[in-house]
Amino acid sequence: MDSVLMQEMLRDMLLARAFEERAAEEYAQGNIAGFLHLYPGEEAVGVGVIRATEPADYIVSTYREHVHALVRGIPAGAVMAELFGKKGGCSGGMGGSMHLFDRERRFMGGYAIVGETFPVATGIAYAIAMRELPEAVICFFGDGAVNQGTFHESLNMAALWRLPVLFVCENNHYQIGTEIHRHSAVTEVYKRACGYRIPAKKINGMDVLAVYQATRDALAQIRAGNGPQLLECETYRFRGHSMADAGNYRPRVELQAFEKTEDPVKIATAEALLPYPSSEQIIAAGSDNIERLASYLDRAGHITPGALEAMRQEVKQIVDAAVRFAHESPEPSMEDAEAALECNRHGEVLL
Amino acid sequence: MAEMMFWEAVRRAHDEEMARDPLVIAMGEDIGVAGGTYKATQGLWDKYGPERVIDTPISENGFTGLGIGASFLGVRPIIEIMSVNFAWLAMDQIFNTAAKVRYMSGGQLEAPVVIRSPGGCAHQLGAQHSARMEKVFMGVAGLRVVTPSNPRQAYGLIKSAVRCNDPVFINEHELMYNMKGEVPDGEYFHPLEGSEVAREGKDVTLFGYNVSVHWCLQAAEILSKQHGIEAEVVDLYSLSPLDRKGIVESVSKTHRAVIAEEAEPAVGVGAEVMAILNEECFFELDAAPVRVSAANVPVPYNHGLEKAAIPNAKDVVEAVLSLYGR
Ligand SMILES: Cc1ncc(C[n+]2csc(CCOP(=O)(O)OP(=O)(O)O)c2C)c(N)n1
Ligand SMILES: [Mg+2]
Repeated sequence: MDSVLMQEMLRDMLLARAFEERAAEEYAQGNIAGFLHLYPGEEAVGVGVIRATEPADYIVSTYREHVHALVRGIPAGAVMAELFGKKGGCSGGMGGSMHLFDRERRFMGGYAIVGETFPVATGIAYAIAMRELPEAVICFFGDGAVNQGTFHESLNMAALWRLPVLFVCENNHYQIGTEIHRHSAVTEVYKRACGYRIPAKKINGMDVLAVYQATRDALAQIRAGNGPQLLECETYRFRGHSMADAGNYRPRVELQAFEKTEDPVKIATAEALLPYPSSEQIIAAGSDNIERLASYLDRAGHITPGALEAMRQEVKQIVDAAVRFAHESPEPSMEDAEAALECNRHGEVLL
Repeated sequence: MAEMMFWEAVRRAHDEEMARDPLVIAMGEDIGVAGGTYKATQGLWDKYGPERVIDTPISENGFTGLGIGASFLGVRPIIEIMSVNFAWLAMDQIFNTAAKVRYMSGGQLEAPVVIRSPGGCAHQLGAQHSARMEKVFMGVAGLRVVTPSNPRQAYGLIKSAVRCNDPVFINEHELMYNMKGEVPDGEYFHPLEGSEVAREGKDVTLFGYNVSVHWCLQAAEILSKQHGIEAEVVDLYSLSPLDRKGIVESVSKTHRAVIAEEAEPAVGVGAEVMAILNEECFFELDAAPVRVSAANVPVPYNHGLEKAAIPNAKDVVEAVLSLYGR
């Protein structure tokens, strides 16, 4: 594989990790609120898949999508500003962490309803097929999402009409607190594609090179007009499901009646300040995909320790600048909210 | 009377009903091993086992329908839908099956399910996690809809709902699980119909339900202390059926009405209460009733905009003052 590409993927992964760690800190500071689902541990999947796409391909993702957005090329500042709810965010501050959008970069959104993405991605693929374009759609989803009816309905339609969509399962073995063997009768997600005669593969989602190669192969099949494909990437998340996990919802302070109960911000902060697992814990849980790639590139002579350190510094600066941008970006107004909602121009016929 | 948190009251109701009747089961996402997103089923998995405290896959329409089907044979499921935003997915089973099966079978089948789900706006959860769906549920015949504003009601409404042979939807609030309140020590069954006067007054009636009852109570204090207006607060814990009699009684006394709701105004609780006032006591009114509702946009993520979009006690005070031309 091309040395430059491998270095770029390492850089993407370092940026991804640094961005998410910083997002956790900003959450603790109160600059980000709501549900914040972080990606540490799973970087190899998003980076490997999206690096294997063409810029004309479309991405549809879930609420755990910051890294997908970054790899797609949305500036870190625009992503961070969206997490801050600012006007300079990639959704104008109307979306927040779970709803990153960038039409121009064909990042068709982060969606927060589990299972919502399958039909939408399949529909985008339908529109591509109608126009006979060589483009494809990537549809990311978790292991828990495959038990929604929409998964089965969409796989059937995609296969029936040979649509150009690549379904990518980020299998981190958990649906919040419920482990996969307790939520799914068949725990090997890729096998479910058999029912719809969709070619599917299980790959090591901790190995970015394997993810990249499998995605290239699958996209080649899709572009050849052979219909949808499915990849199951086995991975692991190092953090909790989200920053405000179970039981942390607390009454709003302005509700006088509840004022004496615990402060939700403090609880969220305590969660946010939980340290990352130690390197021993990470090794015990499975390999860290970033360490794995870095050491491979080092051993194979693709990168020097000095260059790696420079990369770490570079991504840190990018993240610092992103946070500055987010702080400086103005707040959106209620007029902005209304403008975002209003689609039809009044009194005009839309052609 | 013991003071307990809202989630503890919900949990206690589950526990008592499950201990009494082996056919009462609980089901939902992460309610078992994890004890529930809001701890409402904490410890029950250990006590009653995985067959009666079921951790479900993310299949809202599927598991809600499963609970409904089981209820045909006498099982009495208490189904937790993690948030009302996900109840949209189960609408088919709730509306097409649960609400109609008794009717369309000519009374042969019954669906005694309890479906609990928190709604409302919490802290910046964004457009897809801030739905207020009570208006949707209350608009369909065949379904009872109740919405507790405190731990006592939460406990007593679940107890009654489990014993009721109609399907009951219980609309809770994401921000209220840690609210404290008094709950009777002995068993208590809250009526599934009616309303409660949460504060007596003579000048104006403030109608609230669930979280908005608290805005009304706060507003009533401000109105009394700062403006010399004594507001009556009526808690509409039953949204379907709405308490026509109670609504009319209070307004016939005060002659003025403000309805506070967390949802957008269209087709909502406020609209329905206004229609009742119109139909039942139009000539009792000294001023046209006013609704205090959310802005007509999906809830913005931005902190300041979210606050601006959702009403609060101050908005209720202003609405009351407007009735007096102040
Ligand atoms: C329809 C619906 N039901 C429930 C939820 C709450 N919820 C959010 S994420 C999640 C777990 C999803 O697990 P998985 O698909 O494995 O994705 P992961 O978060 O592990 O990446 C659940 C239950 C939701 N957002 N939408
Ligand atoms: Mg998962």
